[in-house]
Amino acid sequence: MAAAKARRAPNRLRSNLVRPLGRSTLAAARRVGAVGVFGARATIAALSPPWFPGQIRRQFVAIGFFSLPVVGLTAIFTGAALALNIFTGGGRFNAEQVMPQIVALGITRELGPVLAALMLAGRVSAAIAAEIGAMRATEQIDAMHTLSTDPFSYLVGPRLLAGVLMLPLLTLVADTIGVAGGWLAATRVLDFSSAAYIRNTIDVLQGWDIVSGLIKAAVFGYIVALMGCYHGYTAKGGARGVGRATTRAVVSSAILIFASDYLLTTVFTQAS
Amino acid sequence: MTQTRPKFAWKGVIKRFEGRAVLDGLNLSVAQGRSLVIIGGSGQGKSVAIKTALGLLRPDAGQIELDGHSLVDLSQGQRRQLFSRVGVLFQGAALFDSLTVWENVAFRLINADGVPRKAAKDRAIEALDQVRLGPDVAHRFPSELSGGMQKRAGLARAVVGQPEILFFDEPTTGLDPITAMAINQLISDQVRRLGSTAISITHDLVSAQMIGDEIAMLHEGRIRWRGLARDLGQAEDPVVRRYADAARLGPVDLRSREIV
Repeated sequence: MAAAKARRAPNRLRSNLVRPLGRSTLAAARRVGAVGVFGARATIAALSPPWFPGQIRRQFVAIGFFSLPVVGLTAIFTGAALALNIFTGGGRFNAEQVMPQIVALGITRELGPVLAALMLAGRVSAAIAAEIGAMRATEQIDAMHTLSTDPFSYLVGPRLLAGVLMLPLLTLVADTIGVAGGWLAATRVLDFSSAAYIRNTIDVLQGWDIVSGLIKAAVFGYIVALMGCYHGYTAKGGARGVGRATTRAVVSSAILIFASDYLLTTVFTQAS
Repeated sequence: MTQTRPKFAWKGVIKRFEGRAVLDGLNLSVAQGRSLVIIGGSGQGKSVAIKTALGLLRPDAGQIELDGHSLVDLSQGQRRQLFSRVGVLFQGAALFDSLTVWENVAFRLINADGVPRKAAKDRAIEALDQVRLGPDVAHRFPSELSGGMQKRAGLARAVVGQPEILFFDEPTTGLDPITAMAINQLISDQVRRLGSTAISITHDLVSAQMIGDEIAMLHEGRIRWRGLARDLGQAEDPVVRRYADAARLGPVDLRSREIV
């Protein structure tokens, strides 16, 4: 009897450890599948009629135009701080003079798209999740179904289009302002020659540096809009559910931005 | 008595949540041009019944039919097309916050029916007038309206397309008695004016008797009693009696398993 009990104990321990792990794995797989299905439906809705020009225009303004100040401010301070750091760090091995080139490459290939996307994740993904989540909680999405209108075409598609098309434009702005921030710090604080800074920046930059950043930005824009829409659309449980959806939208956007940034950078560096 | 095909019917509809059957073989139908009100206590399946009817929830078993055609296996696109014949007033009105009142009322006309904006606006203002909301209200946002005004705007949105069938989800919930009576009167007027078939759910017996030709009581996922609205007071079923007499009988023990 005691021996049988002793034999069962490790089995019980194993099942106590394995079961929750299995349950979590299945839940995670279900969630990934649900996001995949939602993403496919959303993409089809964005690319096929009916289109709602008023909604698309509204989202372009909300996501693109109103994000300009926050993206611009982030870029200028980051560019300036990057210039100071590279100058100080580069000084350890007499490489201060390549600071403009490193700032330009760092901003256009990496920091411009990533920072613009993170700002959009905080500002836009949260707002999308909150708005669509509140619509879900107050039966507005159900009402849309009964008014012969597909919520994916009316709500999700325009946000997805705006995310994909607006974030590259915001990134172009961030690239320009970020490089300008580096130039400001270099010429005002570090006594760099303005003409030399600009010449070095122009000489080092290649078209692909900017284009690869814009491709990243389009992918990040898709992620930010999709996460906002997905978490808002699937929100449950009233105000608390909407709050949870908002948090999840921002966190999942940020994680996916970093993960896809690494993947895209790997692909781009191998391709070039 | 002649047997005509019902306009709308639930046939043996079962809907379970986490193993519990909220609708347990619901059989209910309504004839063309009649107004049917479904009453019942909280958690008895009223909201689930209306959501299955609107295609917002898929039944686990059974059929839902409009004019004898099954709605259960329709694609999203087919269902949306069908909804052009349906008007719905939601419990909280469900007006779109980001649109003005007239844009809400004209939403289907503009976005699904392709009616030009100007013509849609004229029809929306006309519909608002029918529910006693003046043109000054048309340009306001839903958040600037009282609960009663929101319900009336929701009613205007439901009837503007002159639907064949109207659904009312708890139309008087959250309204004071005077506003509730006004909404009941408006619903009756609109249903009569359009000659539509109406299906309502409510726990408000005054509302039920005012807007319904017939009343059906939903209890534990099935129809417990059905009859003419005026006969509700004479129903002999103990569950129906207890529900109908609740106000007179006063509070009940909420832990009792017998409460409806």
